[in-house]
Amino acid sequence: MEIAVSTRNISKTYPGNVEALRDLSLEFPRGQLTSLLGPSGCGKTTLLKIISGLLEPTSGEVEVNGKPVTGPGPDRAFVFQDFALLPWADVLRNVAFGLELRGVPVSEREDIAQQHIKNVGLDGFEKSFPHELSGGMRQRVGLARALAVESEVLLMDEPFSAVDEQTRRKFQEDLLGLVERENKTFIFVTHSIEEAVYVSDQIAILLPRPSRVHEILRPENLRTKGVSDIRRDPEYLDTVDRIWASLRSYVE
Amino acid sequence: MHAKIMSRSLNLKLLSAIVVFGIWEIAGRIPISYGFPTFFESMVALFSMLIDGTLLQAYMDTLRPLVVGILISAFLGIALGLWIGLSNWFDWLVSPIFIIMQAAPLAALIPLLVMVYGIGLTSKVFVVCIMAMPVIVLNTAGAVRNTPINLKEMAASFLGTDKDIILRVIIPSASPIIFSGLRLGTSAGFIGAILAELKITPTGVGDIITFSRSIADYPSMYAAIFSIILLAVCFLNLLEIIERTLFRGNVRGYVSD
Amino acid sequence: MFIKGIRLPGMSSLIIWGLLWELVGQSGLTFFLPPLSEILITLYEIGDSPAFLKALKETAQAFTVGVSAAILIGIPVGILMGKNRLLDELLLPWVNIFLSAPLTALVPVLMVLFGFGMRSIIITTSLFAIWIIILNSRAGVLQINRSLVEMGRCFGATPLAAFVKIYFWAALPEILGGVRIGIIRAVKGVIIGQLLISLVGFGALFELYSANFLMSHFWAVLIVLFALAFTISELLATLERKFSYYAANR
Repeated sequence: MEIAVSTRNISKTYPGNVEALRDLSLEFPRGQLTSLLGPSGCGKTTLLKIISGLLEPTSGEVEVNGKPVTGPGPDRAFVFQDFALLPWADVLRNVAFGLELRGVPVSEREDIAQQHIKNVGLDGFEKSFPHELSGGMRQRVGLARALAVESEVLLMDEPFSAVDEQTRRKFQEDLLGLVERENKTFIFVTHSIEEAVYVSDQIAILLPRPSRVHEILRPENLRTKGVSDIRRDPEYLDTVDRIWASLRSYVE
Repeated sequence: MHAKIMSRSLNLKLLSAIVVFGIWEIAGRIPISYGFPTFFESMVALFSMLIDGTLLQAYMDTLRPLVVGILISAFLGIALGLWIGLSNWFDWLVSPIFIIMQAAPLAALIPLLVMVYGIGLTSKVFVVCIMAMPVIVLNTAGAVRNTPINLKEMAASFLGTDKDIILRVIIPSASPIIFSGLRLGTSAGFIGAILAELKITPTGVGDIITFSRSIADYPSMYAAIFSIILLAVCFLNLLEIIERTLFRGNVRGYVSD
Repeated sequence: MFIKGIRLPGMSSLIIWGLLWELVGQSGLTFFLPPLSEILITLYEIGDSPAFLKALKETAQAFTVGVSAAILIGIPVGILMGKNRLLDELLLPWVNIFLSAPLTALVPVLMVLFGFGMRSIIITTSLFAIWIIILNSRAGVLQINRSLVEMGRCFGATPLAAFVKIYFWAALPEILGGVRIGIIRAVKGVIIGQLLISLVGFGALFELYSANFLMSHFWAVLIVLFALAFTISELLATLERKFSYYAANR
């Protein structure tokens, strides 16, 4: 198993001596989806932002494909919890925005964006503005934008927490297809146990204050099941139960 | 940690004041213009006027039309605003006048006021009133009109009479915005009071400014201007602090000018 | 206001006020208030008189230059204050002071430093407009959604690109609000400047009319000024609403 991203001995202390992460090491296999799961305040978003280069760790290092991370780079793309779309730009420009910032010429980037808009199922909404779309559709735009820049690593910060439950389930199914189709490494932050078990190849359970890796789980046979069979699989149910058992004492 | 932040902001305020007054001093020493005294010359003039009582006397004159004008605008403005906010037909009839007054350069009325009321106190009070009133009226009316409907329904469902609803729900809920209207009105009133003294007849601080300019005593002129701006800013800040303590946690947006 | 279920347009009550004005004027109650009809006729007559056109031109000139300067300086300063904490802490007290200070008191200083002409009026106009523009641009930048900033960084925006493509647009609704209020203040400023420096523009015209007791001329000019100011303010409010569609969900 080839490792795409690895974090070694990461510590993060915020001003005022608030310790968010202590000596955290994790490895993310290439082409797989790893979830960072834990109760709120366990530093999972902090870890994701350190991997993205938005935050600097107090100590320790992050490597992507063996190269140390010093800041945001073209090898990683981010999907935001609140979508972070430009409200004054239409869907086409929003999806192409990552490419626009990289200086890709208009016609070329619009072609690429068009393709990804189609892939996420937003055909026909190219000229719509974010405020005209539902929450779920907005996140599809955010996803298409991240896919359009062709990064190897996709960082997703609770991407489905701001959409309604039905849309969320559809997203989870689509995400499984995406992991299978694209040879990308996904790092997925969530606070939903069911979601983590459903979509992940590997689940890292983080515990808070200060945050550390409590356990790494690798559901073995769920990937071979159909999208609608996973939730009835005994392994799925057992894993969910086991995670809840180890987390429940940390929930107020 | 909180105290540290406080002292940082205070230090920076001091630093910024020193920088600005330092630039003033240096610019006065070069000098960039024959009519630009140094900071220290101006401050010396300010203190000598303070000590010999000229400034106090001048402020007695300046503040009279201002206080009278603000009081009239406050009572009349709040009354009109309440009426506009409560009555649809009165709103339709009167609002446009104040909306236009708010946008229009009312200072242009001054020459006319002088023709009608002469150059005495009446004209000056009038100037203060026309500057201060629109924002007071519009803020009051807007606040009354936008009283949360569920509060009014609550009062009605507990059998409140119309009078109860006005006195116990509408006015208390509108008062933060009415108060900030008063503050903005006072700010505009200061502009009017000084404009009146400079344009109509030089009295009070306006007299010091005009007279010292005519005899090229620039330090005194700058000192007078400095003092009136300082006074206005301190007074308005005081009002803002009162506003914040009175209506803590109750701040909503207000109609600005 | 509804009469028999028909909605009366917002400003229609002005017709009643106009009629009232006409009646008071016709009754000859006071010399200072000529009938509205007479004023409108005068307005038509002076509409193409050289003195009026000159005043209008001078005022428009001072106004345009003053407002442009206030916008061109105010917006970047406000954005920088929103982005840089030290600069913000150094400048904010002064911006707040000048926002509420009676700026009329500064006009005599401007007259001494810059003479009795256009320059002083232009600077007065700018001084009235600039502070609220700075303050609103700053507020606009401060409320920018954090994740938009992070998005820019993630996708590798250069500082300039982030400024031009993200910060400016994200702050635009507030900036436009500031520009609108600033311009309304500038209209007042340009008139106050001209009144105090009464050698140019409408200031000179007012002196002329009031010295000769030309009441209907005076009112005619006032009506033009008020109508212009009101139109400008309404136009800007419309423009602001055009951009407000995204103000709520940034």
